[in-house]
Amino acid sequence: MIEFHDKSIIELYVNGDLKTVAARPADTLLFILRESLGLTGTKNSCGNGDCNSCTVLLDGWPVKSCLMLAVEAVGHEITTIEGLQDVPMQKAFVEKSAIQCGYCTPGMIINSHALTTIYPDASDEIIEEWLESNICRCTGYKEICEAVKSVINM
Amino acid sequence: MESRLAIGKNVIRVDAHDKAAGRTKYNSDVTDPSLLHCKMIVSQYAHANIKSIDTSEAMTAPGVQRVITGEIAQGILTGTFVEDRPPLAIGKVRYHGEPIAVVIANTELEAKRGAELVKIEYEPLPVLNSPSDSMKPNAFLVHENLANYRKMKECTPQPGTNIANNVRIRKGDMIKGWEESEVIVEEYLYLPQADHIALETRSVKAEIKPDGNIIIHSSTQGPYIIRKKLSRHFNIDTGKITVHTPMVGGAFGGKAAVQLEMIAYLASKAVGGREVILINTREEDMISSPCRIGLEASVKLGATKDGKIKAAQITYLVDCGAYSDMGAVMTKSIASDCTGPYNIENVYCDSLCVYTNHPYVTSFRGFGHSEYTAAIERTIDKLAKALNMDKIQLRLKNIAIPGDTTPTCSTLTKSNIGDLKKCLETLKVKLKWEEGEKVDINKDTVKCKGISCFWKTSSTPPNAASGAIITFSPDGFAHLSIGAVELGQGTKTAMAQILAERLKVDIKRVKVSMEINTSDNPEHWKTVASSTTYMVGNAVIEAADDVICQIKDISAIVLRCSPKDLEVSGGKVFLIDNPEKWIDITEVVHGYKYPNGNSIGGQIIGRGSFIMKHLSGMDENTGRGNPGPLWTVGAQGVEVLFNKKEYSYKIINAVSVIDAGTIINPIVASGVTMGGMSMGLSLASREAFIYDNNGIILNPNLRSYKPIRVDEEPEYIIEFIETPEVDGPFGARGLGEHGLVGMPAALINCLSTAAEKDLNRFPLTPELIWKTK
Repeated sequence: MIEFHDKSIIELYVNGDLKTVAARPADTLLFILRESLGLTGTKNSCGNGDCNSCTVLLDGWPVKSCLMLAVEAVGHEITTIEGLQDVPMQKAFVEKSAIQCGYCTPGMIINSHALTTIYPDASDEIIEEWLESNICRCTGYKEICEAVKSVINM
Repeated sequence: MESRLAIGKNVIRVDAHDKAAGRTKYNSDVTDPSLLHCKMIVSQYAHANIKSIDTSEAMTAPGVQRVITGEIAQGILTGTFVEDRPPLAIGKVRYHGEPIAVVIANTELEAKRGAELVKIEYEPLPVLNSPSDSMKPNAFLVHENLANYRKMKECTPQPGTNIANNVRIRKGDMIKGWEESEVIVEEYLYLPQADHIALETRSVKAEIKPDGNIIIHSSTQGPYIIRKKLSRHFNIDTGKITVHTPMVGGAFGGKAAVQLEMIAYLASKAVGGREVILINTREEDMISSPCRIGLEASVKLGATKDGKIKAAQITYLVDCGAYSDMGAVMTKSIASDCTGPYNIENVYCDSLCVYTNHPYVTSFRGFGHSEYTAAIERTIDKLAKALNMDKIQLRLKNIAIPGDTTPTCSTLTKSNIGDLKKCLETLKVKLKWEEGEKVDINKDTVKCKGISCFWKTSSTPPNAASGAIITFSPDGFAHLSIGAVELGQGTKTAMAQILAERLKVDIKRVKVSMEINTSDNPEHWKTVASSTTYMVGNAVIEAADDVICQIKDISAIVLRCSPKDLEVSGGKVFLIDNPEKWIDITEVVHGYKYPNGNSIGGQIIGRGSFIMKHLSGMDENTGRGNPGPLWTVGAQGVEVLFNKKEYSYKIINAVSVIDAGTIINPIVASGVTMGGMSMGLSLASREAFIYDNNGIILNPNLRSYKPIRVDEEPEYIIEFIETPEVDGPFGARGLGEHGLVGMPAALINCLSTAAEKDLNRFPLTPELIWKTK
């Protein structure tokens, strides 16, 4: 006998591909990205919108995927860290030694990449304001700021 | 100095590219639908009898396979020095957040829903909310059975009290010390527990194979310790246990604890050995899993009028929470370095590990040193004030130098202790000390400076050991297998540099094993104590030398000379006196084949091992012993703008001058040091568990427990003094923890000067400064 659960089939446009997944209304975008699509580059750390480790881009703007429902993302263009391929920000993070344990890195790079795309001439104040959302427990944030500035000055 | 290929160079981290691409797999980055999911049910009380646990409804919930409680491990108690902790609480809970039961279900959601259906009836009990409360004569006992617990030889619990370990330092003659003292100062300092907040929360997978082999995947600093502990507590051969550890997303000491591994093992066992996964939520990671120690310190120092410290009497009450685990070990580590880096002839110290109804603790970056250093350095500042002496001058007059002895009577040599004098003198310049400690900026604002010195040794077990194995790919890439975990500290990169340097090859031709498999990689004690570069680095050098020796032996036959006529460099083997004559190492690392097909040699496999030497335990009555091979020393300072009206402040500069011996990778060393400084300032200025009167932690999440963010960061100035350590690889000393150690002390000293108050509590919030009389 077939039993129907509270899952629906939804289509998500992720990293340039249209993906079909079964999701509950209460499933977060973070959960679906990681568990259903295997995109584990997006990290869970606080599950509460406090640390920004789970940041992805929605139509080019950073969002906390732990606070967004997967169904809300339908019809939008989602970019995860796996969708960024050798963008200048990734190179800058490597070269400026802005990575230690690497766990905050996907969220940090996604947010920084969006920042420099939206504000190619961002001032130090704007950079600080944007990066305030992300917690990094390993660095003193200095190399991360240097990486972002190096992309702005390119 | 000879020119170097890799050591001292700003080599790009070997793990950076994958991390930047989001392709690095951490322990919980798995999407295997065959996994069963565990959800813990944790205590809502800090101290209570468990009257009943009703799992019947949960057991019948959709997808739930089993619910386990403490009964499943009846009689098993775990710990490090004292075995006092059941894997899951039985009969009683002793801290808020203590794991009581686990629901094992097909999916994460079903496990969570099942967990909501487990009904626990508690009978609340009074709580001990601070170490000093636990020390009161009429205090109840957190552990009535302390006398019956298994314990290690070096630990001295006091049955009938709440003391899990009592470490004594008795050095010199206190009567003489006080007699010679013309000025005496005293200080009390309180520091609450806090948390590591590694961005990756702890997680474990566990499976028991049909043949009895146990497979654990853990986000840990101690894969080899997990193997030992599972073997000890569940009576399994270590040979049957394999622990896998991939890249770890930050640890800071917190992942040296073995806790979830035992729970996950029990869960797997309860479901017929199927593979289960247990991932901490942020809240569980903060309070259910172990946190940072709290400390209450009383320090009394006596000195002559010209500033020579003659006597130190110290009591440290370590808040280890409800179970002693690494708290008891840190109590010992704190005792061994209890005075800070000063030469004091007469020392009397009691370092006590005290049970409370707080979350239990484990190692935290600095292993107790940042906590006690705040107490010592605060007292030194007070002494300077009493003597009317410059604070740097007073420190210079008392710093430990070669020939002096530590509190445990270890003799310091030019090699085993760095050059603290040079650190302090450099700090003086970098912090612009001559500008004055306190300068008025305007009516409300003052600019202030504060300083601290520190030292730290490893406190490793005397038999801590490491290994390294080198093999080659057919095209001559060197593959290095080690047991050190990458936590972000750059250990894989440092080891690649050491090997490249020794083999004299480009670092691109060296590959280091990134993940750990305890059955395949040679054991490294634990990736803790800033000891990995020292220990594993030495094993790598020995393995490299072994490889070079084997390459020369085979090449000597081919080149018809003696091995001593040859040199290995750049992937070639040369005749020293005729470099025109050489063969490529690819011709020998997998056996040399003559033109007619005859072959000699076989594949070259290098082995290296390292074990600590001359270390010993501490004497029970005096503390005499040798706790570590070397001390890293440093001087740190901060500069703050303080608003006298609002008691608010902005840290503008933070300076570290550390003698870490030879720096293997300057950009990584300075990044790790800066991270330590940032963490130290964050802890000191804002981080603490807030307990209510019932011992409930009110801020177990990152919304209300707020680590430092980018906008609050000061400018960082980092200088290294490089006094080589004779036994260290290329002269390196430990460095991973040290950026943190003196930062809280420097900040509390700075703000005490700024506010003209004797601050003696953390965290240093404006409210606390305002409240302090």
